[in-house]
Amino acid sequence: MTDILAVADHRRGELRDVSYEIITAGRQLADETGGDLHLAVISGTVDDFADKLNRDGVDAIHTVSHGEEFNHDVYTQTITQLYDELAPQYVLTPNSVNGLDYAPAVANQLDLPVVTDTIDLDNDGETLVATREMYGGKVETTNELTGGAVVTIRGAEWPAAEGTGDAAIEAFEADIDEDAVGSTVNGFEEVGGGDVDISEADLLVSIGRGIEEEENLDLIRDLADALGATLSSSRPIVDNGWLPKNRQVGQSGKVVTPDVYIAIGISGAVQHVAGMKGSDTIVAINTDPNAPIMDIADYAIVDDLFDVVPELIDEFQ
Amino acid sequence: MKILVTVKEVATVEDEFEIEGTEIAEQYLGADLNEWDDYAIEEAVQLQEDGIADEVVTVTIGPEECEQTIRQALAKGADRAVRVWDDSLEGVDLLDVNAKTEILSAVIEEEDPDLVLSGVQAGDDSFAATGVSVAENLGYQWGAVVNHLEHEFDDDDVASVRRELEGGVEELTEIDLPAVLTIQTGINEPRYASLRGIRQAQRKELDVKALADIGVDESTVESELDLTAMYEPESESDATFWEGSPEETASELGELLRDKGVAQ
Repeated sequence: MTDILAVADHRRGELRDVSYEIITAGRQLADETGGDLHLAVISGTVDDFADKLNRDGVDAIHTVSHGEEFNHDVYTQTITQLYDELAPQYVLTPNSVNGLDYAPAVANQLDLPVVTDTIDLDNDGETLVATREMYGGKVETTNELTGGAVVTIRGAEWPAAEGTGDAAIEAFEADIDEDAVGSTVNGFEEVGGGDVDISEADLLVSIGRGIEEEENLDLIRDLADALGATLSSSRPIVDNGWLPKNRQVGQSGKVVTPDVYIAIGISGAVQHVAGMKGSDTIVAINTDPNAPIMDIADYAIVDDLFDVVPELIDEFQ
Repeated sequence: MKILVTVKEVATVEDEFEIEGTEIAEQYLGADLNEWDDYAIEEAVQLQEDGIADEVVTVTIGPEECEQTIRQALAKGADRAVRVWDDSLEGVDLLDVNAKTEILSAVIEEEDPDLVLSGVQAGDDSFAATGVSVAENLGYQWGAVVNHLEHEFDDDDVASVRRELEGGVEELTEIDLPAVLTIQTGINEPRYASLRGIRQAQRKELDVKALADIGVDESTVESELDLTAMYEPESESDATFWEGSPEETASELGELLRDKGVAQ
């Protein structure tokens, strides 16, 4: 039992980036355990997906043609059947919203431990060492286990696999019990829309939890006006209903790539960083010099935003 | 309809802290109601106010000290609470998903709710797996990362939800009941407990159970996952830190913005 079974992610006809990253993570583990890397791609245009996923390091791709879109019951049933047939040591899935909708169920059904949101994996042939964060990224931990496991990997932590592989592509006939399928996906909807497209802006003034109170947002609006910038925010501001959803930057919001991104009172959780790391120049204003945002900032001001922002407004008025 | 909400008291960490072994030193830790569970409680209470839920019960795995957090949930409108604790859980570094699944499943089986609401993740260990694991274990249906729940149920047996996918896309899904939904922040606006609610919460039933009471074997808490190290992530910052008074740093930033041609 040394093989790896990794599962690809796709949505609305497109493979998601993490599908190529999971090949890299899976190949690395397979090399360490001396096994093969099997990839599963379930639902949608699986033959087309399999061609794209056939990159360096993949030994076999199992295609399961069943429905167009993700359904967690279909995924759970298919993966457990593939597990029974292939007997891999680890099942790797993306730590995506959909990954989290089936990986724990697969683990429970197979009576395996589940380790989620891993950012590094290491195997010495016997013990798996999984690195993950706790307390919102304030600490990293290593977690060891022997035996099999279901492991979800965080996106953008492993490079995407490249090259052209020579994997064996085989259709897997999953025996789907339709009576056990208890949920139906009826469609998708883009959120937000609205008046402003923050992904088009050259200069974004983005605000996070540091603003403390809704009333204080006026200060940031004044700054955006003075600079001719567009106002955006991290998730908590939108959760609080202080700004509409179309202003949210991050994994579950918009991906932005402005010339300059000014992150004010934003700590820089990984979900936020995923949406703005492509900005040309990043400036952080934050009281905490150790906040994760500092790791990706080009320029930083460690100070109280309520002192700095009024000065900046003065400069441009 | 009966709704059960899983409620966790999570450890919070100050900005500056020290690590001792595989734990954060106690003096830097606080305790709070898990943010995601707060939204789950609010959703359940709103379903009750809308006349859809008849009863809202919370379940918590935790020692006596976390009763203050449980009372918060009761003060916000939950009807009663169950707390599970056991000597065998003392000193466990990391209660893994399987252990939580077994314990919560036992309580849920006893309570037999139509709907279980659980926060997407816990702010401390961030596993984001327990809700779905519990559902599969019980043969319930489930939906992970739900950011909207229709408050009109079709004959009480189908829930219409939106799941928040990445990149500003929501999935519209119908889920058969009984089901476990993991609740994402932003689904509602959690209320503050009123003074009246806080007073009433003191009189609400809070049932304490040991593992044996719910038929769970002590060996369940033995995790296959061993937390072996904890450390602060290395800072990779190569940022230029502007120093000086707010006037000076603001002036530096102003100059940068003019140089880049993005502000006049």
